[in-house]
Amino acid sequence: MKFKHFSLTIAGVAAAAISLSALAQKKYDTGATDTEIKIGDTKPYSGPASAYGTIGKAIAAYFDKINAEGGINGRKIKFISLDDGYNPAKTVEQVRKLVEEDEVLFVFNPLGTPSNTAIHKYMNQKKVPQLFVATGATKWGNPKEYPWTMGWQPNYQTEGKIYAAHILETKPNAKIGVLYQNDDYGKDYLKGFEDGLGDKAKTMIVSKVSYEVTDPNVDSQMLSLKGAGADTFFNITTPKFAAQAIKKAAEIGWKPTHYLNNVSASVGSVLTPAGLDNSVGIITTQYGKDPTDPQWANDKGMQDWKAWMAKYYPSGDLKDASNVYGYGVAMTVVQVLKQCGDNLTRENVMKQAANLDMTLPTALPGINVKTSPTDFYPIEREQLARFDGKTWVLFGKVYDPAGN
Amino acid sequence: MSALPGSHDQRPAKWVWIAGALLLVAALVLPFLVKNYRVFQFNLVLVYAIAILGLNILTGFNGQISLGHGAFYAIGAYAAAVLMDRVGMPYWLTLPFSGALCFLLGFLMGFPALRLAGHYLAVATLALALAIPQLLKYKHLEHYTGGVQGIVLVKPDPPFTFRLLDQPFSADRWLYFFTLAVTIVMFVLAWNLLRGRVGRALIAIRDHPIAAAAMGINLPMFKSLTFGVSAAFTGVAGALGAVVIAFVSPDSFTVTLSIFLLVGMVVGGLASITGAFFGAIFIQFVPNIADELSKSAPAAIYGVLLIMLMYLMPTGVMGMVRRLWARWQPGARRARMRGVQPGSSVPVSHDHLTKESAT
Repeated sequence: MKFKHFSLTIAGVAAAAISLSALAQKKYDTGATDTEIKIGDTKPYSGPASAYGTIGKAIAAYFDKINAEGGINGRKIKFISLDDGYNPAKTVEQVRKLVEEDEVLFVFNPLGTPSNTAIHKYMNQKKVPQLFVATGATKWGNPKEYPWTMGWQPNYQTEGKIYAAHILETKPNAKIGVLYQNDDYGKDYLKGFEDGLGDKAKTMIVSKVSYEVTDPNVDSQMLSLKGAGADTFFNITTPKFAAQAIKKAAEIGWKPTHYLNNVSASVGSVLTPAGLDNSVGIITTQYGKDPTDPQWANDKGMQDWKAWMAKYYPSGDLKDASNVYGYGVAMTVVQVLKQCGDNLTRENVMKQAANLDMTLPTALPGINVKTSPTDFYPIEREQLARFDGKTWVLFGKVYDPAGN
Repeated sequence: MSALPGSHDQRPAKWVWIAGALLLVAALVLPFLVKNYRVFQFNLVLVYAIAILGLNILTGFNGQISLGHGAFYAIGAYAAAVLMDRVGMPYWLTLPFSGALCFLLGFLMGFPALRLAGHYLAVATLALALAIPQLLKYKHLEHYTGGVQGIVLVKPDPPFTFRLLDQPFSADRWLYFFTLAVTIVMFVLAWNLLRGRVGRALIAIRDHPIAAAAMGINLPMFKSLTFGVSAAFTGVAGALGAVVIAFVSPDSFTVTLSIFLLVGMVVGGLASITGAFFGAIFIQFVPNIADELSKSAPAAIYGVLLIMLMYLMPTGVMGMVRRLWARWQPGARRARMRGVQPGSSVPVSHDHLTKESAT
């Protein structure tokens, strides 16, 4: 008898413990409740970079879709996106508003390298996630020193490594000339490229020349690269200079294997002014499907994207790749929140963000979003594409310099 | 020429002191009534107020239009940031250095300004504002300025802690008091400078440069010095801004900043010392209101709000206040005011600005 009582008691205690743990599973930090998740964001809706403002509107439109379909685990997303005018001082103010006054659960996809640099320390001191920032700099994937910050798109170093890998495979004795913009962005690419070449970097790179954003053109740099006898050219330039470099190479009759960074891969604003004939054979990398590329016309992912645009963001431009970007990055954060379940603490948001393995319907086949507690670079795979005189044609394998 | 703003009220009445004391108490308690983030915004208001005051000394009082004061703000901010980051100087010590550096640069800028008047000067200073963000990225300065990355600073901790109204004495609140103290010092300095002989000379130069020269005012020296003092005020504001925001980068100091300072000055009231506060409040808060009203065209909303305000208060907030003040005064005083064109002091300065630029 006594034993029976005892076992009943144990069963009771166990039941109580289970129900307690069920209660304990619902955990919230500031910004999350049973019905709502508050997410903050800054974007340049005004100022010099206001063309990127459409990303914020696309993200908001994607969350509208999620909310219309019932939200995430029954919770609606409240997305608060503020204008920082691409001014880092304003970003600091707006992000403090989001964290301290609006009390968001986390800040998602703030745009711009200087803007994110300005809040980097603050977010990590406050222990509020600075999730999937909209910049390609490499410094956002540093979980040891900045465990609350994570990038999203492929970073510049990764891309540099891909070109290096392709050169090592196809032309191991190449004499490489590099032209780079003398700032963080240019040096980031160069570092990835040199790391990718490894020990051979010193012998293979025969000439490295830089330019300043304030320079009128890169003519003399191009002459010196040709003069150094380079037969392979890595072109780390922003659109205006990229067009000049392509044109100048043709003018001086220099025909190297030409690798052009993704930053300047726009057909309309770079290759056309440089001359489409001059641009044939140039190689770059891609990770997302281009909304203007006819080969995706019947692609399920892109058709869904178009249908969503028509319903939730009809004023958006169907040719603007930024709207594909916003859709994809919003999809990624929704996955993070789904994984969080009822444990909506800031710590768990970072934990789930660092535990992703998914594919996006708007990314190229074979390109995934994968993270781990030591790998804070969600998209690292990219594929090479060659310009055929009209459009970029994908070729070869999907590169994965990080090996995941 | 007749109306010096506020010159008719030499001895403040007793109630002015009481009101001032109340205002001071309110300013001291204010940060404990709101959240840290609001305190941070108030800090920025004080910083902008000093910057606008600096611009007002030059443009409002001396009639030299500057579209480039954002450049001095940037130089002040960078001087403070580099001194803190590279030399390890305490934040409070950087202010006089920033002020002195900007005084020197402003003084030098004053020389070409002597040959340029009105719109021509405005364009020359605009060039300065356009050049500064580029110069900050310059290769050989990058070691100090951090290039496009800028410099991330450490926010100073309060020297002691206590709680008031259940709010801790946080870093932002400490900076508020620090900023407030600097603001008071700068405003008292400006007050003393502008209410005496020097102020009268500046206004005389603005209104009638030839007459001023005939009366023995050293025009070149005064104009250059004014430029220097004005730049120094704005430079101190920039240094404070760097400490408050704890980050500087070239993108923080684009030409828009210069325009905003000018807007703040006009909104507050030309040639008005207290107007700087209203201008600062405007440039700090109105863009946020515009952003809340529309994501598609915040700049357009801002423009509409600005036009509405200038339509309602063509002489700025302080011009409006003065006009109402003159209207509500008791009879005797009112008569005396009428003698000096009630409330017209600021439009007078408007007229003379345009007149001078035409010469």
